[in-house]
Amino acid sequence: MELSLATRTVAEHTVLEVGGEVDVYTAPRLRERLVELVDAGARNVVVDLAGVEFLDSTGLGVLVGAMKRLRVAHGRFGLVCSKEALLKIFRITALDQVFPIYPTVEAATQDSDGGGPTS
Amino acid sequence: MATVRLSFSPAPVHVRTARLVGVAVARRAGVAEELLDEVRLAIGEACTRAVALHNQYGLPDLVTVEMSDSDSYAVRVIDHAPIEASVGLAKLPPDELADESLTDEALTTGVGFALLAGFVDDLQVRPVDDGPGTEVRMVWPVQRR
Repeated sequence: MELSLATRTVAEHTVLEVGGEVDVYTAPRLRERLVELVDAGARNVVVDLAGVEFLDSTGLGVLVGAMKRLRVAHGRFGLVCSKEALLKIFRITALDQVFPIYPTVEAATQDSDGGGPTS
Repeated sequence: MATVRLSFSPAPVHVRTARLVGVAVARRAGVAEELLDEVRLAIGEACTRAVALHNQYGLPDLVTVEMSDSDSYAVRVIDHAPIEASVGLAKLPPDELADESLTDEALTTGVGFALLAGFVDDLQVRPVDDGPGTEVRMVWPVQRR
């Protein structure tokens, strides 16, 4: 399935809903959208991966890039992911120690200190 | 023994095709259903790496994926980039992943290798027999039906 991107605002957070396959071909579009959001002033960005069917190293690189960009801008970045197949990818690459990963959008937008899920 | 060979020009858009073919042949070969996500990811990572190397060196040559199912399901992804390029395969420690000085390319390469090494128990990276290039060989068990 092709990449789909949709943005909404939840509790003063910009939530980017990503769907489909994020790979070496589609990841540049995800990068562009994240750059646009930050350039437009978004500082609390949550990327919801619930609709993602495939994620590779290129997609992970784009997510790390967005997090760094927000860090420079004194913003916050979080991911929403509850699919075991994707969580395993984060564990294997040790990126679960880099990103705050939440099970739901609600949990991500309510974490006021940005420290990540407590569980 | 059945072999399927796929060659494609080094463009990102074709990596998805290679993944789809690789998983279809794996399923046909009898690779367990629960391993197919790993097969899809690993073939994608190996092909992404090959495409990136060809682009980095301006090589128009085709990337080849060869799948065979003799006693196991073996996939070889073959590039034609200079051998020294494959030296960049190194797993990055967590504290370096978000480091500001790490380039996007280095991060993606390191993460890609971590995924290959993490998902493929039987993984070999070695020079091709003829000319420049590297072969990434991955093997998965099959269930005979």
